[in-house]
Amino acid sequence: MTTTQTRTPLVDMRDIRVAFGGVHAVDGVSVDLHPGEVVALVGGNGAGKTTLIKTLSGAHKADSGEIYINGEKVAIETPRDAKKYAIETIYQTLALAENIDAPSNMFLGRELMSRWGTLDDRAMESAARDVMGRLNPKFENFKVPVNSLSGGQRQSVAIARAVHFNAKILIMDEPTAALGPAETAQVSELIQQLKAEGIGIFLISHDIHDVFDLADRISVMLQGKLVGTVRKEHVTMDDVLAMIIIGKLPGEATASELEDLHG
Amino acid sequence: MAVTDAPPTAPPVKEPEDRSFGRLLRATEIDTRLLGMLAALVIIWVGFHIWSDGTFLTPRNLWNLSVQTAAVAIMATGMVLVIVSRNIDLSVGSMLAVIGMAMALLQAEILPDWIGFDHPLTWIIALVAGIILGALLGAFQGVIVAYVGVPSFIVTLGGLLVWRGVAWALASGRTIAPMDSTFQLLGGGSRGNIGAFWSWVIGIVACIGIVLLLLNGRRQRIRFGFKLRPLWAEITLGVIGCAAVLGAIAYLNRYLLPDQVARQRVEAAGDVWPAEGIGISFGLANPVLIAIVVALVMTFVATRLRFGRYVFAIGGNPEAAELGGIRTKLTIVKTFAVMGVLVAIGAAVQVARLNAAVSGLGQLTELYVIAAAVIGGTSLAGGIGTIPGAVLGALVMQSLQSGMVLVGVDAPLQDIAVGVVLVLAVAIDSFYRRRAT
Repeated sequence: MTTTQTRTPLVDMRDIRVAFGGVHAVDGVSVDLHPGEVVALVGGNGAGKTTLIKTLSGAHKADSGEIYINGEKVAIETPRDAKKYAIETIYQTLALAENIDAPSNMFLGRELMSRWGTLDDRAMESAARDVMGRLNPKFENFKVPVNSLSGGQRQSVAIARAVHFNAKILIMDEPTAALGPAETAQVSELIQQLKAEGIGIFLISHDIHDVFDLADRISVMLQGKLVGTVRKEHVTMDDVLAMIIIGKLPGEATASELEDLHG
Repeated sequence: MAVTDAPPTAPPVKEPEDRSFGRLLRATEIDTRLLGMLAALVIIWVGFHIWSDGTFLTPRNLWNLSVQTAAVAIMATGMVLVIVSRNIDLSVGSMLAVIGMAMALLQAEILPDWIGFDHPLTWIIALVAGIILGALLGAFQGVIVAYVGVPSFIVTLGGLLVWRGVAWALASGRTIAPMDSTFQLLGGGSRGNIGAFWSWVIGIVACIGIVLLLLNGRRQRIRFGFKLRPLWAEITLGVIGCAAVLGAIAYLNRYLLPDQVARQRVEAAGDVWPAEGIGISFGLANPVLIAIVVALVMTFVATRLRFGRYVFAIGGNPEAAELGGIRTKLTIVKTFAVMGVLVAIGAAVQVARLNAAVSGLGQLTELYVIAAAVIGGTSLAGGIGTIPGAVLGALVMQSLQSGMVLVGVDAPLQDIAVGVVLVLAVAIDSFYRRRAT
């Protein structure tokens, strides 16, 4: 299922393996991502999507395998390394410090400093207002700890953080899980916009409709292994469901197996 | 928007009545927790004043109280950071003993062989050595917590035993005395204070600080178009703040040196001691000044520096802090090192005040320091705490203790009372926190 694109991929992850104890959470998976492309990673719970993506965001070290950014082999061992390569991640857990405010969370680990070496909260708040103005204009709670924000507002903070730092590679792990319909639409719009700016996006999602709306290609994982990567326009939702559930590529599944999918 | 359904049986939220006090609170945006602690303090003070037949609120007793509070307050500011980062330091009292003993040995037995006793440099050498030792001991424990992964409770429980033993071994249980005469000034006493004039200077500087803080806050709000406090509320805050500071200075300045000491001082200056005597104020004691400076510096560290922000972020969500690219382990080591430095300063104050180091120095101090931080609103779950709160907590603890000593409560009863107050304070606090969220 290799693509025919000839450009160097933005991200090329080859033969990534991660094991927890004896369990192979990610077992020899290879995926790639091009500028301005959305690649959806789908699969059931425990398929290894999040673990795979954590090796790219620096949250978890791969046991083996290689990662190339713009054709150059890189070693990503910490979140700091990932940020060095302009990889930003929106985690499913949002990864917010609940007790501090939205601007402080957005700039966590990358604070703006005054020339006296102190935190420049004013500049951070003003930057946060700028970004938020684009993402969620109704957002006004810049001075309260994020634990007093709604799920949607917290999600906006996590997204704003990723967007602000001019990511070239964006990882979104279930970005719409906590959102209502209106906000989900906003995120979809944002993804289109970022795509147009040439940002490559790995999108992890449970929602097959979202995936078909947003993704250019779909990589399916099952039990730590890559079932395959397909271009969206070449497959139907049933094909993808078959890949997710029984691990068979389009055309491989028998009629009766497909029948079972619909129970 | 994500809709959260309220259960249909939920009672309607009652709007608080707009009484004038409530209006004042809202308009001035005073932290109600801090206000609650101040109220508790007033109750304790007035209660003991009545109980002690009018001796608690005398300038003399309050002056003593300020000196006694200083050491615990200094260390409690560091404990806030340790607890906020979801750790604990039980070794504070024993570390105080080791560092105090080391500083005492240095100035009483080691340095005299090199530069003579009471050399002008002795006090600073001893103090700096103590601070370095404190940083090292703290960092050492921090490394075991952060990099080896032993829970801080265990590491510092070990430290509590180990350092106590080391303190004893350093001097084989002897009492080391006397201290360098300049070093003694760190502890207060009849010489270790700044007199009436400089106390007034500090009071006025503090007032200017309060006004500047209010003005700056207002300017910031205007800049970002936030809702402004009504002008009357700002002025009320400023007036109350300044009046409190200057009132405290005026009251403390009424504590006068004993005639004999005053006379010596006058005559040493070459003046004649008049027959009717001269009242010379103690003024603020050096340990109190040290505590104020430490509290200001630590507030700055906690709120204006990256390090402080990281400590709070780690306490709020360690995983998020790590994913944000913060070197969380290094940050933890730093909190313990800062704690060690503050223990060293606290040890200097204590040793200077006693004019001696004994191996039992600092026993149970860890508990008072932790209690001060916790009474001051630091949450043991991490992520929440303030430096001014901890200082106030130290004052509450010390007020209780000195008050009970003053009215002659038996020692076991004192412990019972302090223990009960600690639990009660945290219970009330968590009750209001639950209601607030």
